[in-house]
Amino acid sequence: MKKIQIFGLVIIAIAIGIIVSTAGDASTYVDFGKAKEMADNGDNESIHVVGKLQKNAAGQILDMQYHPEIDPNYFEFTLVDNKNVVQKVVYRSTKPQDFDKSEQVVVVGKMENGTFAAEKILMKCPSKYENGKMETTEATASKS
Amino acid sequence: MIHTTIGDAGHLLTIIAFASALLATFAYFKAALAGTPLNEVTSWKQYARTVFIVHAASVLGIVFSLYWIIGNHYFEYHYAWKNSSLSLPTGYTISSFWQDQEGSFLLWIFWNVILGSVLIFSNRSWEAPVMTIFALVQAFLTSMILGVVIPGLDLKIGSTPFLLMKEVMPNLPIYKMDPNFIAKDGNGLNPLLQNYWMVIHPPTLFLGFATTLIPFSFAIAGLWTKKIHEWVRPALPWALFSAMILGIGILMGAYWAYETLNFGSYWNWDPVENSSIVPWLILIAAIHTMIIARRNATALKTSFILTIATFILILYSTFMTRSGVLGNASVHSFTDLGLSGQLLIYLLTFIVVAVGLLIYRWKILPSDEEEVSTYSQEFWIFIGATLLCLSGFQILATTSIPVYNKVAEAFGGVLNMALPADQVGHYNKFQLWFFSLIIVLTGIGQFFWWKRVGKDKLHALYNPLLIALLISAAVIVFQGVKEIQYIVLLTTSIFAIVANGTILFQIIKGNYSLSGGAVTHIGVALMLLGILFSSAYTKVVSINNSGLMISRSAEFTNNDNKENKENITLWLNKPEKMGDYMLTWRDVRVEPRHIPGYIPKSWVDMIENDYHAVALRDIVVNEKKYNSKGDTIEIYPENFYYEIEYREPSGRVFNLFPRAQINPRMGLVSSPDIQREVDKDLYTYVSMVTNPTAEPVWSPTENFTISMRDTFFVNDYVAVLDNVVRTEEVEGMKLGEGDAAVKAVIRVLDKDNEYVITPSFVIRDRLVARKPEVNKDLGFRVQFQEIDPSTGKFTFAVNTTQRDFIVMKATEKPLINILWLGTFVLVIGFVMATVRRFQDFIKMRNKENVTVDKKKSKVKAATV
Repeated sequence: MKKIQIFGLVIIAIAIGIIVSTAGDASTYVDFGKAKEMADNGDNESIHVVGKLQKNAAGQILDMQYHPEIDPNYFEFTLVDNKNVVQKVVYRSTKPQDFDKSEQVVVVGKMENGTFAAEKILMKCPSKYENGKMETTEATASKS
Repeated sequence: MIHTTIGDAGHLLTIIAFASALLATFAYFKAALAGTPLNEVTSWKQYARTVFIVHAASVLGIVFSLYWIIGNHYFEYHYAWKNSSLSLPTGYTISSFWQDQEGSFLLWIFWNVILGSVLIFSNRSWEAPVMTIFALVQAFLTSMILGVVIPGLDLKIGSTPFLLMKEVMPNLPIYKMDPNFIAKDGNGLNPLLQNYWMVIHPPTLFLGFATTLIPFSFAIAGLWTKKIHEWVRPALPWALFSAMILGIGILMGAYWAYETLNFGSYWNWDPVENSSIVPWLILIAAIHTMIIARRNATALKTSFILTIATFILILYSTFMTRSGVLGNASVHSFTDLGLSGQLLIYLLTFIVVAVGLLIYRWKILPSDEEEVSTYSQEFWIFIGATLLCLSGFQILATTSIPVYNKVAEAFGGVLNMALPADQVGHYNKFQLWFFSLIIVLTGIGQFFWWKRVGKDKLHALYNPLLIALLISAAVIVFQGVKEIQYIVLLTTSIFAIVANGTILFQIIKGNYSLSGGAVTHIGVALMLLGILFSSAYTKVVSINNSGLMISRSAEFTNNDNKENKENITLWLNKPEKMGDYMLTWRDVRVEPRHIPGYIPKSWVDMIENDYHAVALRDIVVNEKKYNSKGDTIEIYPENFYYEIEYREPSGRVFNLFPRAQINPRMGLVSSPDIQREVDKDLYTYVSMVTNPTAEPVWSPTENFTISMRDTFFVNDYVAVLDNVVRTEEVEGMKLGEGDAAVKAVIRVLDKDNEYVITPSFVIRDRLVARKPEVNKDLGFRVQFQEIDPSTGKFTFAVNTTQRDFIVMKATEKPLINILWLGTFVLVIGFVMATVRRFQDFIKMRNKENVTVDKKKSKVKAATV
C-alpha cells in the first residue's frame, strides 16, 4: 500500500472518531418524566428540557424565588414541560437578565434529588428589535 | 409626506442590478467559452465589462438610497423604523444599515462589486472566466434583496429593504384612521450593538467573506479553461489577503464580545462564531497547499478541493445563520426571512457546479507517481493542512447538529439531538490537541521549507527543541501549570516561537520580505499562549463570603454549592472585602453626549422616553463648566454606569464603571469594565442591579412617638433622636416672616458608619408642611409628623424600602495581553506574505505580457 493511502485511512479513522465522539457528547431534548427516569437509572448526562413558565393573568411569573441580597447565586423557579409536568428548577447563579420577559425556556442540566439543577438556561423573549419575533438568549452558570 | 421616490429608485436599481448581473454572467461566459471565435471574444468581453459597470453603478445607487432613508430618518420605511431612531448618534446610523439581513446582504454585494472592479483592471488574462463566477454570485446575492413576488405563482424572491411600513404591517389599526401615518421615531438599535466595534466589525467580516470568492473563482476558472497550474499564482495573494481580513474580522468579533458582552470572554464557541472560523481554518490549509502546489501534484489536487471547500463553507455558514436553522441554538443568528429555500438553491448550485467540474476534470489533473518523502517539506506542510481540516471538521460536525435535526425532519424522522451541554468543554477537548500539533508543525515545516533539515540533517532542529524545552520548563514551574494538556500546549507553542524565531532571524538577514510565514506563525503561537493563560487560568475574584444563608436546608448548605458562589452583593457606599481588594459601590452615573466621562445620575433629571435630561445643578467636569442648572442636555438614556471603587492593599485606588443598560423590554443588559494591567486584566461586570429608573416601593408607614435622646429601630438600624433645632433654611421652600421651621437631628448607627438624618417640620401661614428625608444608603424615609408640647414627645413617620444593591462579578485574566500582541504579530506577518505574493504575481504577469506582446509583434512583422 502506498503511503498516501495509509495516510488517507488514518484521516478517515480520525474523522469517524470525531463523529462518534460528537454523537456521544451531544445532548438530547427530553421531558421531565424522562429526565427523572434517567436520573433514577444513574444516567449522569446533561439534557435539554423545553418548558413554559407559569404566569398569572397579569403576566407575572409564578413560583419564582430570587433574593440577591441574601444569596445572589441562588435562583429557583417552576417550569412546565410539554407534557404538563410541573418541575422545580434550581439555577445556582444570578437570575438571567431577560428571564422576566421570557415565555419559553430551555433548561440544560440534570435531575438531582427531585429538583432539576440547571447549568444553563436558554430563553426565548419577545424581541424589542424584531417585532413579533422571539429572540434567544442564554445564561450559563460558570464553573471556573 | 411619504418619500416614495427614493424607495422606488432603490427597488428599481435592485432589479437593474439583478438583471445586469445575469447579463454580465452570460456575456463573460460567452467570452470565456473555448468555442467562441477570437474576434467575438473581444466584443463579448467589452460588452460584459459595460454591463458590469452598470451593475456596479446600480449597486452603489442601492447603497446610497438605503443610507439616505436611514440617515434622513424616513420612518415611513420599515427598515429605517425598525433599525434606527432619532436619538441614534451618526456613527451608529451606519451600523443600523447592516443591522438587518437585507442590509448585510447589501454590504456583501457592495464588497463584491469593489473586488470585481479591482480584478477587471488588474488581471485581464483571467477576466472572462473569473468574472463569470463573480457575476453569477452577484446575481444570487442581489436576488436575495430583490423583493419581487411572481404573480400567479405567489412566489416571493428575496426581501427588499425598501418596503414602506404600510406594506409590511398593513393591519395596524392606525392605518384605518390615518392612511398616511408615519411613525414619529424608530425602534432604535440594540444598545449592545451601539459600540464602535459594531461599526467596523461587520464591514471587515463581510469583506473577508467576499474575498473568499476570489481564490474560488480562480480555481474554477483554472479547471474550466484547463489552466490547471497557472491559477495558483494570481489566487495565492488574494487567498492570503482573504485570510488576513477574515481573521481580523473574527478577532474583532471576539474583542467586541470581550469588551461588551457579559459572558466574560472572547470566545464562546457559539454556532455563529464557529460558522466563520471553520471556513477560515480551511482557507489557511488551502494557502499552505497552494504554496507547495507549484511543485507537487498531490498538493495541486488538494488545493482545488480546499479552495472550493472554503467558499462552499462560507455559503453553508450563510445558510445556517440566516435560515433560522440555528434559531434554537444560537444567541445571535438571524431569524428566518423566508429566504431559506433561496439560500439552499444558492448553496446547492455552487456545490453542484464546483464539485461537478472538479470531477469532470479530475482525470487531466496531474498525479504524482513518486512517493512523497517523509523528509520533504511537502510532507510536513501537508500534514499541517490535514490537521487544520480535521480541526475545522470537528467544529463543523458539532455545530451542524441543528441541521441534522432538520434533515431528519425532512425525511420524516425525529432526531431530537441538542448541542453538547458543555459546549466550551466539548470543543476545547478536541481543539487543544489539534492546535498543539498544528503549532509544532509550523516550526518543523519552516525548518524543512528553508532546507535546513533533510534526511540526515535533523540535528538542525535539536537546538531550538532544547531551548524550547528549557524555557517551557521554567514557565511551567514559575506559573504553576499542572494539567498535562496545558503543559503540552505551552511547550508546543514555545517550541513554535523558538523554531520560527530562529528561521526568522536567519532569513531576515537575507531578504526580510520572505519572512511573512515565520512572523505569522510566531503570532499564532503567541495567541495560543495568551488564550491558554487568560482562559484556563481565569481566577474569579468576587467570591461571595458574606456567610449569609437563605435557608438551612441541605440545598443551600451543600458543599458543592460553594463553587458557584461567584457573585457578590454590594450595598451603596458599604465597603466589602473581595479577595485582596476592598470594594465600594459609590454611585450610579449616566453618560452625557457632549461631555467627557460619566456624571452622577443625581445631577440630572432624565426625561422619560427621550434622550434629554434636565440639569439639577451646574455641570462641572474636570474644572470645566459645561452646563448651568436648569439646562437641557443630551444623554444616552439607556446606559447606566456603576462606579465601583477598588482599593488595593497597597493603598492604590481605582474606579471601574461597568455598564448596565436598562431597557423596559429587555431588562438588564450588562457590559463589563476592564482594568488593564501589563500582566493581567481585571474584568468586572454587574450581573444584577436595582433599577435606577424605578420608583422605590415603600413599606406601610410606621409611626414612632419618642422623647428627646430616645432610641428606636428602623430597618434593623439603631436610631437616636439627638436634638430638635430651629432652622432658617428648608430646601425647596421659601421661608417668609412669621413662618417657623424646626428640624430633627436623628443619628442612625450602622456597623461602621454614622448617618445623620434631618427631616423638617414647617409652620407656614398656620398650615403645617412636612419635608421628609430619604436616605438611599439605609433605604428609608423619615417624615417629621407631630410635636406634642404637652408631653414633649415627637412623632416620626417612617417608611422603609429595599436598599439599593448591585450583584457583581469580577475575574482576573492573566497574560491576556500576549493574545492581543500575538494578534498584531499575526496581522503583520499576513501583510508581509500578501505583499510578497502580490509582487510575485505582478512580476510574472508583466513578464507574460511582454512575451505576449513580443509574439504579437513577431506575428505582425511576419504578416507585414
